[in-house]
Formats: sequence, structure tokens, C-alpha cells
Amino acid sequence: MLDLTFDAPKPRVISGATGDWEMVIGMEVHAQVASKAKLFSGASTEFGAEPNSNVSFVDAAMPGMLPVINEFCVEQAVRTGLGLKAKINLKSAFDRKNYFYPDLPQGYQISQLYEPIVGEGEVIVWMGEGVARRVRIERIHIEQDAGKSIHDMDPHMSFVDLNRTGVALMEIVSRPDIRGPEEAAAYVTKLRQILRYLGTCDGNMQNGNLRADVNVSVCRPGDYERYRESGDFSHLGTRCEIKNMNSMRFIQQAIEFEARRQIAILEDGGEVVQETRLFDPDRGETRSMRSKEEAHDYRYFPDPDLLPLEIEQEWVDAIRDSLPELPDEKKARFIAEFGLSDYDASVLTADVESAAYFEDVARGRDGKLAANWVINELFGRLKKDGHDITRSPVSPGQLGGIIDLIRKGDISGKIAKELFEIVYTEGGDPARIVEERGMKQVTDAGAIEAAVDEVIAANPAQVEKARDNPKLAGWFVGQVMKATGGKANPKAVNEIVRKKLDL
Amino acid sequence: MPIDAKTAAHVARLARIRVEEERLPALAEEFSAILGFIEQLNEVDVEGVEPMVSVSPMRLKRRPDVVTDGSMPEKILANAPDAREGFFAVPKVVE
Amino acid sequence: MGDLNRMTIAEARDALRRGEVSAVELTEACLAAIEAAGALNAVVHGTPELALEQARAADARLRAGGAPDMCGIPLGIKDLFCTRGVPSQAASFILNGFRPEYESTVTSRLFEAGAVMLGKLNMDEFAMGSSNETSTYGSAVNPWRRVDDETPLTPGGSSGGSAAAVAADLCLAATGTDTGGSIRQPAAFSGIVGLKPTYGRCSRWGIIAFASSLDQAGPMTKSVRDAAIMLAAMAGHDPKDSTSADIPVPDFEAALNGDIRGRKIGIPREYRMEGMPAEIESLWAEGRRMLRDAGAEVVDISLPHTKYALPAYYVIAPAEASSNLARYDGVRYGHRAKLGAGDGITEMYEKTRAEGFGDEVQRRVMIGTYVLSAGFYDAYYNRARKVRTLIAKDFEDAFAQGVEAILTPTTPSAAFGLGEMADADPVRMYLNDVFTVTVNLAGLPAVSVPAGLDSQGLPLGLQLIGRPWEEGALLNAAHVIETAAGFASRPSRWW
Repeated sequence: MLDLTFDAPKPRVISGATGDWEMVIGMEVHAQVASKAKLFSGASTEFGAEPNSNVSFVDAAMPGMLPVINEFCVEQAVRTGLGLKAKINLKSAFDRKNYFYPDLPQGYQISQLYEPIVGEGEVIVWMGEGVARRVRIERIHIEQDAGKSIHDMDPHMSFVDLNRTGVALMEIVSRPDIRGPEEAAAYVTKLRQILRYLGTCDGNMQNGNLRADVNVSVCRPGDYERYRESGDFSHLGTRCEIKNMNSMRFIQQAIEFEARRQIAILEDGGEVVQETRLFDPDRGETRSMRSKEEAHDYRYFPDPDLLPLEIEQEWVDAIRDSLPELPDEKKARFIAEFGLSDYDASVLTADVESAAYFEDVARGRDGKLAANWVINELFGRLKKDGHDITRSPVSPGQLGGIIDLIRKGDISGKIAKELFEIVYTEGGDPARIVEERGMKQVTDAGAIEAAVDEVIAANPAQVEKARDNPKLAGWFVGQVMKATGGKANPKAVNEIVRKKLDL
Repeated sequence: MPIDAKTAAHVARLARIRVEEERLPALAEEFSAILGFIEQLNEVDVEGVEPMVSVSPMRLKRRPDVVTDGSMPEKILANAPDAREGFFAVPKVVE
Repeated sequence: MGDLNRMTIAEARDALRRGEVSAVELTEACLAAIEAAGALNAVVHGTPELALEQARAADARLRAGGAPDMCGIPLGIKDLFCTRGVPSQAASFILNGFRPEYESTVTSRLFEAGAVMLGKLNMDEFAMGSSNETSTYGSAVNPWRRVDDETPLTPGGSSGGSAAAVAADLCLAATGTDTGGSIRQPAAFSGIVGLKPTYGRCSRWGIIAFASSLDQAGPMTKSVRDAAIMLAAMAGHDPKDSTSADIPVPDFEAALNGDIRGRKIGIPREYRMEGMPAEIESLWAEGRRMLRDAGAEVVDISLPHTKYALPAYYVIAPAEASSNLARYDGVRYGHRAKLGAGDGITEMYEKTRAEGFGDEVQRRVMIGTYVLSAGFYDAYYNRARKVRTLIAKDFEDAFAQGVEAILTPTTPSAAFGLGEMADADPVRMYLNDVFTVTVNLAGLPAVSVPAGLDSQGLPLGLQLIGRPWEEGALLNAAHVIETAAGFASRPSRWW
């Protein structure tokens, strides 16, 4: 069974002039639902299309247009909720969030304020072996994405592309349970991992398919615990929200900067103003987003174009039954079933494709050896080429074949690496390659003995030295290996050398 | 509750409708009259009454995840006051 | 055959099928009538070429046989309906020049049934108004005048152009929309039949939204039978409108058998308003008598929250409108204000919307913004929704007692003079909707039938309110009143 005992990591502490400060971080992660069509229209969600081509009249908010919900998107939100062990609300509703912005054609975003589809859940964020943060999820709701405003194509105008308008997002809202920049990045990494396991979001941060708003505040040691005991937010500092970040590195930099900015204000006797801020990666700073400030009265009300969304328990149960094994369970199983280290199991379960690849290789073989080959040789080689596992030229069957040849003693580890490179670059059946290219290890004792004899005969001086210093046996082994082109079984060579030298 | 000119100005701003300064007092008066009329609702006992969600008690319609629309940028842009290079153009937005 | 444009849909349908008249002839007669009726300002965008093209196609279809009822029937279409390639502006300057690339579901259905579009009809801007005076095109004028009095009168609103066009025989019938009485009040003011169907009966897709939870399209016709025929062509489930009902559309015309014996008709005591003109009072009494004479059981009922319908409406409708009209921002279509040096995006929004929206629309958008704004949501919007629940329950209780239809006057007065209410405070104008607005809040079907003339010679209407989805029974009761009243008056032509 899944072992979920762990210790909490220490919060990040910053020493100020007036004493220590701790960080308190909550996150709103916007994950694009991996759907073909948009949330309320039949236009495509494909990335990188010509401007305004993935746009229907509904997305462009033409007069008289009406929304009809994409059921697949609802299902993905439920699936995500189940993956985060969250409460699924059988009745939820859509509200309009009203504000004016050129990339928001309707003048409102359809979202779920009052009744979200998913309630409380959790994410366990591992920070090391036996150390993890339990981050509580407050809610997940479904909403529409906005379009894109481009500000740098013209000195006086902004250009608006509505391709992204109306794409389905899941907004995953955490409680303020994250206590440092590394934890924040680890939280997003873990969430992304789970979403990718579930298949509900592709997690592509570069394309903005996963992005985070980060709420940062600082407090004195002990305040956070007081908040957790009482639920009273007044124990915490005033928070600022850093909008729309799509890089783990920027998230950490922004939090670090923002916490230090707030500490500087507080230590100066000032007050932190609750506001929305933007991270500038070039300067490594956050700055106030004034344009968003005045529009803070969103006038939420239930969308009269849509009825409440009622789903059936049987449907939820069917989705639950179809959930895949999730990362923590898989990792625990890999440790138990294949005897892997915590580290190796973590690496192999980082994404579902790697885990599946490994399992294919390890099936019926030595799990540790398989893990070594997948992590050290295959991942290393793929990284060099900038490929991910889905584009591996070596199939699990081929890698398994190489491992089988090692186990049988047909090839040495060194030859195996050469063989791997051949299979990687040229393809082919490993056993056949070994056969055809004469790479098979020499295990025939007679042949090895002859080679050993030759080396001994050719190096009498070394033989003398070896009698006094048995460590020199290794030199003889090396010479024999060289003479046999690396094909001799090193173990057998070692034995015969020692026997012949009377060591 | 009577509305003053300042509130009227705030509402106009939220609604993104320019109202000239000198028209604000009259507008505030109109709002006050309408709100006074609306405030009759305070006479109704609504204790325990659920707000109406929809007059049609139906199951929300759903569609399958199929691309059925789009690929018509020229129609999307056909009525635009200012379209350039396939985009809608608006005065520069400062973030 | 003269005066083809004066025909009803039913008459024209039969004549077309018998080959006594062609769709092209009918259409030409209407186009000629429109040509001569500029003074009514009812048709704001004529589409004669499209009309003749559609009429020719209808004639071919009629000749082939098996054509639907609406085939070849020339109609006027309210400017609120988006019609492909034809200006569709909701009578607002903010949609100046807007030509949709799509066709509303209701007009699509009508055209698929062979109907002919003569042009777009005048209305109050974004359907906000009760007199047609908020239109960017200027007001439509009622073809009716008081006896010996040339004062131009309002055709009512918001579907004022539709009412005027039908009453003046510029078309055989017209589409309207009704959010608080916008079909029934102008129908009553203009001496025609106006039907607001059950919410969800006709698709809202492609109809420019005013208040989404209240808006419903319906027919405006010269007879109850025509309303039945036209509704059947307009109605039906639309997968593109999440609030459209997936309920079969019955043969409404077949329900018009005139037999209402034993049917229970409710008379709500709360509609007996203080200061109601005696003529309205007596018309209502006359209506009760007609129904009783036809064998119906007329009973007094109570709809206790009636008084609060109008204030609830003036929270809900503006709130929804404030959000629905946010899309008119000068970015993607319609009017965009000329900007000064240094003007940014906010100035573009504010100037565009100030120039593009008329006073009444601005007023309602701002009221709606206010009632939804931080701190007021519960006090106004949520309270109004709760009152709405109570209003709907009033009707449910009455229906639960076996009442099948409810009889009321349509309006508290006959048509008033254009400009007469110009200086009145907005609330006085809102009172026009006092008898009609409850129905929208409860989502029920209701019809206004012309039932008599007042002492000044102006038409008055009676309203019948029906059970949800029972437009057939409702129209049958209306048909009884129509027959008994024998309303045959027409405005004498002055235009």
C-alpha cells in the first residue's frame, strides 16, 4: 500500500534587520483542458494557427451568439478533481465575471465563482525522501481563457488575436500552504505530473497551457501555525498576486523577489498594498499592474445563457474507475516491485511515458539493471539529442534485448554500451548485431588461457613485479582485454590471470 | 438610497460610458428615482426563498468535443472598425 | 385581386396553394405598400431584391406541391434578429453598419419554411422601451389615430415597427421579441395579435440579447390563427441555445377548435389597479363575459406578488443587459468613436459607448452595473431573483387549482402620443409593462388579442396567460375572444 508518512519540510526563512520572516504562498494554476474544441464553441484549440482563424462567431462575441458547453471539458475537470482526491460537486453553475479588455470579446469571462465543479482536495509535494508538503486544494473551476493582445507590433496600436478566446481552463486554487520558492516550483511540477498522468492537460508551459498566479505574503515565525490552528487569515501578511507565470524558474525568482520586496517595506515601517503584480524576467523584478487595479469590481452573477450544470454520481463513478495509476502510487510500486531506490523510482515515474517504458524493459528482467540502463544510458543519450522518451529510437524491446545479452554473459558492460550506441543510431536487433559483428564475449577458457599465456610470456618483468604486488594483476587483465578486443569475459580473464600468476 | 454624483460617475466608469461632468447630478437623480422604485422589493418577505436560477427546468445541454466551427478569419474580421494583418487593432493597451 | 397585402397568413396560404395568387404577387403588393408608407417609419432596411428572390423560390416550391404553411408568406423581421448580409442593428447606432455573417435560428426556420423577408423593422434600441422612441432610426408611427386628431401616436414598443407594419398591412405578419411586454403591448396599441411563447420555445440564437433570462421571440399577426401557424414555423429545439427546450412542437392551428367549455379561466384580483381607466375595466369585464358565454368557468384568483414584478424586472433586466451589452466596445464590429490625441483604450470604450448607446440604453446599462456592483448584489439582484421565484410560484399555485388560462388587460391605456412621455420620469414609462412583465419573469406564454376600441377610436387588447408549453390551448381561448369580439376595425389610411 501507499506509504504516506512523511515529515513536513522547513519553511523558507529570510533573516531581516528586525528578525526572521517566513514566506506564505498560495497558487492559482490555470491548466488548459486537453480538448479539441473550445469550452463553449466548436472552434479548434490548436496552438499556433493563423490569427483569428480558430474563432467562431461565439468566440468573437458576435451579437446574439450563445454558449453551449463541451461535455469532454466537464469530464476532464471531474477527472482532475478525482486525481487530486477532491470532492466532486454534482451541481455547479457558471457565472459571468465582467470586465473590459480588448482580448475579452464578451466583456465577461464565463467562470464558476459561487458553485465550482470541484471542491476540496490535496497535492502531496515531495521535497526529498520522507519529506513532503501536503498542499490543500480549495477548489477547481472551469472557465474560459481570454485571447491574446500583442503590444509590440505597432507603436500606437495593440493587436488582438482571439484564437485562444474561449479555450477551456481548469483553475486549480490551492490554500496558502506553500512555504518557499522551491516548494512552489515543486508544487507546480507535481501538479503538472498528475495532470499529465490523467491526460487532462498536456502541461506545456511554453505554450501557456499551464500557467500560475502566485499569491505571496510574509509573516513572522509562528504566525503561520496560528493561522492553521484558527483558520484566521489575519495572522498572515497582506498578499500580492503575481500574474500569469509559465516557467518554474520565473516562479521561483518572482517569489524570492516579491518576498524580499515586502520584507523591505515592512521593515521600513510601511504597509504592503494588496495588488496584482507582473514579473519582469529581464529585470528579475515584480511590478504593479495598474491597469487591472481599477477594474476590480467584477460584478459576478449567474450566466443566464446557461443552466446549472448537474452531473450524475454514476458518471463520476465511471470516471473514477477509469483513472490511471497516479505518480505516488506508481513510485511506491516501483520501489516495492523492482527494488528501486526512491530517487530512481522518482525519476522513472516523472512522466507516464517514461514509467511505461521502464516497465516494458523491466518486465521479467532485473529491475535495478533495467533502471540503470533507462536512466543512465537511454535518458542521458536522449537528453544529448534533446529528445524525450516518446521519440526514443531504441524501443523497450531493443533495450531489454541488450540487457538480456549482458545477463547471459554474451557481452560485457563495455561492449553493451557500444551495442547500445549502434542500436540507437542504426537500429536493429541487438542479438543479431552482436552475432553479425562478432561482438560476442569470449568465454571459452582455452582461448582466454592462450591469450593470458601470451601476455605473461611477453612481459617477464611485470610478472616479477606482480608476484610482490598482487594489485598488478589488473594490468594483466587490461592487456588481455586489449588483446582480445574487449570481447573476453573480464571475470574469466581475472580468474585465469590470478591462477597463472599464482596470486 | 439616493445616489450622488460621485457614485453616478463611478458607475458610468465601471460601465465604460463617458458622462460629461455637468450631466452627473441629473443622472444621479434619475438613478435615485429608479432605485427608489426598485426598493419596493424590500417589502417582500424572501426568508427561505431560493433565488430563481432558470424558468426552464431542463438539463444543461452538452456538445461533444468535436471541431465544427472556425477557419473563417475573413468573416470574423468583416465588420471590424480597424483590422490589420489578420488582427483586430485597438489603441495601445498599457499593462 | 386587389389589396393582397391585407391578407392574413391563413388566407394567403390557401390562395397560394390553390394557385390563385403567387408569392411574387403577394410580395410585390407588400413592397408597394412599404414604398407608400414611409411616414410610418416601420421598415428601416428594406430588402426588396432578396424578397423577390425568395418569393420566386417559394413559387417554384408551391408549384412542386407539398410546400409548408409559411411558403411564400411575406414577413417583416424585427431589427433585433441577425439576418445574414442584411443590416441588423437592434435600432442602435453602436451597431451602425453591422451586417452579420450568420442567420438567426428563428429567421432560418422561417426561410426554410419558404417565408419571404421584406425588410428589417423598427424597434426601441436594444428592445429597451415601450414607445419605439429610443430607436436610432427615429420612432415608428402608429397607423392608428384618435378620432379627428392628427397627433402621431406610438405603436408601442419595443416591437413597434413590427406592430405598425402588420397593422398597416405592409406585411402579412412580423417577428417580434418580448422581454417585458415588447410583443404584447405594441400588439395591443396597434390592434393586432401578439404572442409571447413559453421561454425556451423559440431559439434565442442570433437574436441580439437584451435580458437573456427573459427574452423570447414570437409572432405578431393579424389573427390568432396566423399566430398559431407562424409560431409552429418559428419554434423548435435548437442545440445552439442552451435554454431552448427539447420539446416537440405541436400543431397549434389544430388546437383552434373554439371549444373552451368547462375550462377554468382565472381573473387575478391584483390586476385591478387603482386609477385604471374605466374603458380598460369594462373591456376586461367584456372579455370575462365572452369566455363565460363560450362555456368557460371564470374564477377569481390571486397572484399576490404581482405588485413586485415590475421592480424585480427593473433589477434583473438591466443587470443582464449591462453584461450582455458589454460586447459593444468598438473593437470587432459597429461604431468606434473617433479618438483624440493621447486617447487610449479606456477612452475608446467610453466615447464609443457614449456615442453609440442612446439615453435609455445608457440608463439601463448603468442601473444594471450598479445593482451588480460590489456590496449591492444581495440587496438588489439576489433579492429580485427571490421575488421572481415567488412570482412564478403565484402562477404555479393558480395553475395547480385547475386554472388553464388567466385573463387580464394587456396595457393600462391605449396608445399615447409620441413625445407625450418625453419629460416623464423613466419609471412612468416603465409602468406600461405592468400587466405584461409578470409573464416574462415566470417564463409563461401569453397572447394579446385586439378586443375593442376606446372612446377615441383606438384599439385595446386583452391578454391571456397560459400554462407553460400549452400555447395551443392558450391560442384556442384567444381565438374565442377574437371571434366573440369580432374585432374587424382597421386604421384608416392617412399615410
